[in-house]
Amino acid sequence: MATVTAGIIQSSIGRKYLMALSGLFLCTFLIVHMLGNLALFKDDGGQAFNEYTYFMTHNPLIKIIAYVNYAFILLHIFYSLTLTIYNRKARPESYALVNQSKSATWSSRNMGILGSVILIFLIVHMRTFWFEMKFGTMPTIQYDGNDMVLKDMYSVVAEAFSQVWYVALYVVSMFAIAFHLYHGFQSGFQTLGINHHKYTPIIKNIGMILFAVIIPALFAAMPLYFLILNL
Amino acid sequence: MKLTLKVWRQKNAENKGEFKTYQMDHVSEDMSFLEMFDVLNDDLVRKGEDTVAFDHDCREGICGMCSMYINGRPHGPLKGTTTCQLHMRHFKDGETITVEPWRATAFPIIKDLMVDRSAFDRIIQAGGYISINTGNAVDANSTPIPKLDADKAFDAASCIGCGACVATCKNASAMLFVSAKVSQLALLPQGQPERHQRVKKMVEIMDAEGFGNCTNTGACEVECPKGISLENIARMNRDFLVANVVD
Repeated sequence: MATVTAGIIQSSIGRKYLMALSGLFLCTFLIVHMLGNLALFKDDGGQAFNEYTYFMTHNPLIKIIAYVNYAFILLHIFYSLTLTIYNRKARPESYALVNQSKSATWSSRNMGILGSVILIFLIVHMRTFWFEMKFGTMPTIQYDGNDMVLKDMYSVVAEAFSQVWYVALYVVSMFAIAFHLYHGFQSGFQTLGINHHKYTPIIKNIGMILFAVIIPALFAAMPLYFLILNL
Repeated sequence: MKLTLKVWRQKNAENKGEFKTYQMDHVSEDMSFLEMFDVLNDDLVRKGEDTVAFDHDCREGICGMCSMYINGRPHGPLKGTTTCQLHMRHFKDGETITVEPWRATAFPIIKDLMVDRSAFDRIIQAGGYISINTGNAVDANSTPIPKLDADKAFDAASCIGCGACVATCKNASAMLFVSAKVSQLALLPQGQPERHQRVKKMVEIMDAEGFGNCTNTGACEVECPKGISLENIARMNRDFLVANVVD
């Protein structure tokens, strides 16, 4: 088994498998993250969202998946850098004139830039919510019919999303995610060797409709909702 | 037609190259791109200057020798066309045309527009063949092959190894070429005995030659003069995984 993995990882195709697998895992994570966060839209003083937050931070299975998720984010970043360095070496002197707009989509040619925007977003995002939840002093709240005192993540979210610059950063970042996944989702399948005349068009449509439109739009709607609420 | 040519001139792999501009005053629109370069070289010989080196052979679009990165695209602006089959009528009178060599670490420049593509040969030598003993020709009908498989194998085999895929790829990846050469044999019964060994060895040499990593932009498929499909790359990725797990 060790030689099998070594043989795969030391090759260009093997490193791409890891990019694809980690990327597709992160795609599934986004679906769960988005669905859970829909609780923010429930007009109940944040009860649904805070109870959901409590569940997500205390369920042992979710905790394990969360660490797998962090590991995959780091892996995805590590291999994107490794692959980029290899690819730079493969063409040290660039062309004076490149005309690629007709042969490849803009997103597919700018995955690195899009990924970097997403990384900056992630750092800000984790600092504001994850770090505060784990290490900060959070306001607490207790709801009727629930005797537990919950950390009031809802008010932290509402507070963060009352700032225009913060909301703007989120909306711009969701565009970056949309374009990143427009290429990334279907590209992951191609790398894993899944290219079929019947199923590839379906995969491409899922990538386009779900991952490049619906998910980023719903995520962007969350900060915008709080911003409008605060007007 | 009158044209301005910006041509990359470089003595050899060690020297630094630069663009030189040439005025072409009498270009016929019926000339092929290479014939226009013949005219340019004829002029240069008369003036006692060094001619522009470029690769060419059959001039029928089937050998894969001609190259040239024309106005930011390999083999120029036409789809499914090699440089030798590109005619000057596809350019505008008075246009400035920029011509560069293929640029990739694995394709060192020999001179001007001519690059060394022997990295492709070494990839083929690593496994792009089937080992069979010679003897009497076997009856063709003794090995039935489904029509669709035969067609796909033939489509992959139509790769002429020109290197346009590497030239256009933003990562200078050779995946389209290698996958076509892996697929043309992987799809046929004759290719099965060495299938796993072949894909492993060819990918190993592809990496060692210094080609970049595929990021699925799909530019290679669009620019390939023979229309080799990305399906081949997926097939190679699949075969590579199976080969590493099984062997």
